[in-house]
Amino acid sequence: MIRWFVGLIGLAVAATQALAADPVEINVGYLRVAGTKSTLSLVEQPADNDGVAGAKLAIEDNNTTGRFTGQRFTLEEHRIKQGEDAVQAATALAEHNGFIVADLPADTLLKVADALRDRGTLLFNAGAIDERLREADCRANVIHTAPTRSMLADALGQYLVWKKWSRWLLVVGSHDEDRLYADALRRAATRFGAKIVQERTFEDKGGARRTDSGVTLIQRQMPVFTQQAPAYDVLVAADESEVFAAYLPYRTWDPRPVAGSAGLVPRSWDAAQDQWGATQMQSRFIRLNARRMTALDMQAWTAVRMIGEATSRTKSGDVKTVTDFIEGPNFEIAAFKGTRLTVRDWNLQLRQPILLVDGRMVVSVSPQEGFLHQVSELDTLGYDRPESKCKLK
Amino acid sequence: MVRAGLLAGLVLAATPAHAVIAYVSNEKSNTVSVIDTDSWTVTETIKVGQRPRGIEFTRDGKFVMVAVGDDDTIQVIDAKTQAVVDTLPSGPDPELFTQDAAGKTLYVANENDNTVTVIDLEKRARLGDIQVGVEPEGMTISPDGKTLINTSETTNMAHFIDTSSRQIVANVLVDPRPRFAQFKHDASELWVSSEIGGTVSIIDPAKHEVTGKITFEIPGLRKEAIQPVGIGMTKDDKTAFVALGPANRVAVVDTASRKVTKYLLVGQRVWHMAFTPDEKYLLTTNGVSNDVSVIDVAAQKVIKTIQVGELPWGITIAP
Repeated sequence: MIRWFVGLIGLAVAATQALAADPVEINVGYLRVAGTKSTLSLVEQPADNDGVAGAKLAIEDNNTTGRFTGQRFTLEEHRIKQGEDAVQAATALAEHNGFIVADLPADTLLKVADALRDRGTLLFNAGAIDERLREADCRANVIHTAPTRSMLADALGQYLVWKKWSRWLLVVGSHDEDRLYADALRRAATRFGAKIVQERTFEDKGGARRTDSGVTLIQRQMPVFTQQAPAYDVLVAADESEVFAAYLPYRTWDPRPVAGSAGLVPRSWDAAQDQWGATQMQSRFIRLNARRMTALDMQAWTAVRMIGEATSRTKSGDVKTVTDFIEGPNFEIAAFKGTRLTVRDWNLQLRQPILLVDGRMVVSVSPQEGFLHQVSELDTLGYDRPESKCKLK
Repeated sequence: MVRAGLLAGLVLAATPAHAVIAYVSNEKSNTVSVIDTDSWTVTETIKVGQRPRGIEFTRDGKFVMVAVGDDDTIQVIDAKTQAVVDTLPSGPDPELFTQDAAGKTLYVANENDNTVTVIDLEKRARLGDIQVGVEPEGMTISPDGKTLINTSETTNMAHFIDTSSRQIVANVLVDPRPRFAQFKHDASELWVSSEIGGTVSIIDPAKHEVTGKITFEIPGLRKEAIQPVGIGMTKDDKTAFVALGPANRVAVVDTASRKVTKYLLVGQRVWHMAFTPDEKYLLTTNGVSNDVSVIDVAAQKVIKTIQVGELPWGITIAP
């Protein structure tokens, strides 16, 4: 009886493989807030499908592999409109999707994560760089593919110190996230031995980002704003709100390079990245989406590829199995950055090199040579295990 | 005296017919360096198309084929005249390729297209495409010619393709970013290097199963810097050499115990390699230091470094 039964199962498996019928479906949701932010540079204005376009490419890549493994991946996008309840939207999305890639502000992400906790849905934070999501507010059902502010600031800090530009003039915007970025930059200066010679605040007094004769005004305003500074090597700007930093290059009173939110910018990815096989990835992306690939696209691509990598290694579409594998010691993913990316087990942050870009070229990639670490040099970027306040729950 | 000089010239001119010649593709310079292995010098630099990578002699030794990825073709160099004489109809962005034992059929990995292109070398015609995983790269053919192996860098598999039906018969999952595949000459094992995984998987080609993994450890070097790419296997199948990329070393592996017995320090970012036909020497391409290291195979020592073009990538030696 038992033997007969086993034989039948064996036959069924063989038949499935031969016909490649009924692949296992792995459904991925993509949750974001409707609308895009306004940038100072028209060139940097995000596309309407920023982020989700990367997820779409990873779904294609996973499905190419899925043809050999009997797995099929789908993507369902939901944009939260103004006034719509995020938790309700997330719960509806989680009905059909065991995995959700989220590009949400920190507070919304936390609400969603807590609401979906008992369902077992695995969330990927592809958008929020807030430290607290990996520290005091970390969650056991959220994996972070977006880098943190401290990882970005440390990547920049290491390079500036390597370049021996160790006297920084720090200019900070007047919004909360600007101050958080400034905190991360101050921390980087202390860690790597740079000196912030002075700090200035650039007040956001409101006003339009684009005006027909704006340049004349800016050309007078920026030199005045940066004059009479103590001797410095590089101006470091913290302006996540896109109020002033892009106006600084070539307009400082003293002829000095600009870094941070403009000039030399730390990012997880850039359209100019062509090392380590990235050219193929960039051209696949352009072919699919008819535009260039941004950092957010890459963070979403990586999230969906992590799912694909784990389902192909575990030969399973089960969310629990996949989650355990990604959070386990044997998970690694290749993402065109010259090294394997792994997950920090204490807070579920993806370790990754950070590119330093100027809008046209990749200038350097951190961690820089000589910044050593006993576990992984990637852990010289951001908060390390001994400093972490995260207790996963 | 003058005559003696002329005579010497004649002798020199006659040498290339017997001397062993190596061809090195320089990815950044868009050139191929020609190395004389008697004098260990670069005797010629040939201008080729954009981004030359995969490079191999035809079986008759008359031509050298080089994949110029950014020109979406494979160029053919006449080994006598050192001139580019023809192109082959590969798919977009050809990177590595392999040919059957008779030298009649060429199989090309097209990185941009998730396909392997099959080319009739005599007619220089495209016979068809085989759909494989994302970013196909490593290519090799089994000693009996019946199975073609392709590795795909993002799918992370070795695809086993039946050369007569051109159908995939098996897929074997290996560690991330498989770059290169090499059969033992007795066909008992297939070795696949994983650049990001940092390992070499040993596959049983009959069972389509990974039976073992070679790992590398170099004191004082971080794990991430060990990125295996090129593999060379001696004809007796007893010793394998594995290029470890930015670890700047070639590992010597005892194939019976599957253990590394020695690490040889070569140039920076070592990728591919080729043996001289007598197997006395093994030449490696070192991308970042723009040179080729010459390894004395018996002594397991690096005896020479030859400067070539920028970012040397692949290497082939006259059969």
